[in-house]
Amino acid sequence: MGSSILELVHINNYVMLAAILFAIGVMGVMFRRNTIIIFMCIELMLNAVNLLLVAFSTMHSDPGGQVMVFFIMAVAAAEVAVGLAILVMIYRNVKSVDIDILNKLKW
Amino acid sequence: MTDQLIDFFLLMKSELLLLAVIFIMLFMNITAKENADGTPVDNNHSILVTANILLLLNFLAGFFMNTSGNLFGDSFTSTELTAFQKNILNLGTLLVSLQSYTWLKTHKHVMEFYMLLLATLLGMFLMISSQHMLLFYLGLELSTIPLAALVNFDLEKKKSAEAAMKMIMMSAFSSALLLFGISLFYGTMGTLHFQEIPAALNGSDLQLYCLILLIAAFGFKISAVPFHFWTADVYEGAPVPVTSYLSVISKGSILFVMTTVLYNVFAGMGVEWYLIICVLAVATMITGNIFAVRQQNLKRLLAFSSIAQVGFILVGMSGQNTEGAVSVTYFIIIYIFSNLAALGVISVVSALTGKEKISDYKGFYKTNPMLSWILAIALFSLAGIPPTSGFFGKFFLLLAGAGNGNYTLVIIAALNMIVSLYYYLKIVKAVFMDANEEPIPTINLAFFPKAGLLICLIGIIVTGLASGSYNYIQELFASL
Repeated sequence: MGSSILELVHINNYVMLAAILFAIGVMGVMFRRNTIIIFMCIELMLNAVNLLLVAFSTMHSDPGGQVMVFFIMAVAAAEVAVGLAILVMIYRNVKSVDIDILNKLKW
Repeated sequence: MTDQLIDFFLLMKSELLLLAVIFIMLFMNITAKENADGTPVDNNHSILVTANILLLLNFLAGFFMNTSGNLFGDSFTSTELTAFQKNILNLGTLLVSLQSYTWLKTHKHVMEFYMLLLATLLGMFLMISSQHMLLFYLGLELSTIPLAALVNFDLEKKKSAEAAMKMIMMSAFSSALLLFGISLFYGTMGTLHFQEIPAALNGSDLQLYCLILLIAAFGFKISAVPFHFWTADVYEGAPVPVTSYLSVISKGSILFVMTTVLYNVFAGMGVEWYLIICVLAVATMITGNIFAVRQQNLKRLLAFSSIAQVGFILVGMSGQNTEGAVSVTYFIIIYIFSNLAALGVISVVSALTGKEKISDYKGFYKTNPMLSWILAIALFSLAGIPPTSGFFGKFFLLLAGAGNGNYTLVIIAALNMIVSLYYYLKIVKAVFMDANEEPIPTINLAFFPKAGLLICLIGIIVTGLASGSYNYIQELFASL
């Protein structure tokens, strides 16, 4: 069954899609200034990885990759939860979520 | 059946003991008596005493009953070496906990501090023992996510929140890079087990790309240049004990894992990663030193100096022989003692007076001779001046680096050691020679920070002079 899905859509297409999604995420982290959107972009990067893992797991008929996806989703949720909690602390202090506000510490 | 159960408990001994400590402290928190306004009855003293005693017992227990073997379908391994590395981290955490006594005594959320601290330590243990990418990733995340919350622990300071934000974003970004590398690796090999990877390496371009992503993710965590931008900000914004923890324990654990992964799992791509590590080492040493020279804030200076130290460690790692792995482990022990002694003094001064600038430390010797000497010896050890152990650590690192025949790298490292003398001695000069009308008042140390500093001082002197310590680590690596 696993091979039939890959016959319909070749593995190259999955890799291309994942690479594009990942690149969009990296661009977002680098160029967007809103902290919440930066977190969304990090999620996008992680989801690109998830897609890749699932595709490869089907290709190799090895369940290891799919198990990893579940853990990545759970850990990503925890990471964002901590990140948003810190964001709330910052918002209380400066009433903004713009990342340029974070300039008190400089070299 | 019982044999298997006993094996299980012995192999996971460090993790289970740490979990026991966490649960004991959790129950203490539930049963703790409080005043009407929610503050603890005796200024946290009893909690801190219990925590430190538990951590001490945990450290002592790490010496006994260490067995070798694998668990969970070979995805978790325990050897004499991993037990030793975990115990180094145990010792470091104990020292950090002893030094944070002054700061935590009046803090409202002591228990949360210990919960988060020990959770990160558990993550590092899992990471060190991991033989599977999944366990490795989980350990890595468990050791960084609670750290971001710890950085934010000065709740009323804006600086602290800002540092935490930078830290969590950087760690999330770098773990995304790591995962992308892992997933492409998985595509080329069809396995996530460390043991099966060496056979599946073929040195293709895609695998090289994955290796670069992997090293980049490691580079973020150990703050190697060009991935170091978060370091100074986070170290300055975080409370000083958390800074010590970040710069020593967290970095040390990642370096242990990095050595294991590069030396054992990716040994087949040695030519490729040797080049990357050399470039990183040179960039890290030079940038760390140049930026350290111009810092006025002591925490920031030590942040950049810790970046430079990572550069030296990378020189040792580039040796690609057993000596390389041994010297890295040996240097991390020395680095724990030296850096914790320096940051321990700064931590006490910062908690009691709030002063962190170099100029504030002028005339420190007049009022606090004992602390001044500890600070000076720690800085000498960091700079690598002979009778202290820092010299021996650096010596073995450079020796390991030279073992691979790349003498240019070793010469650059030696030159950088000279540059680093300048800024370390700048602090020593301010402390001993400069006069100040308003020096930092005389500080009466409580028992715990004093004990922590003394252990560090003994460690700095003994680890270098007792040659047995290096040989012991060598034997551990040879027994693998």
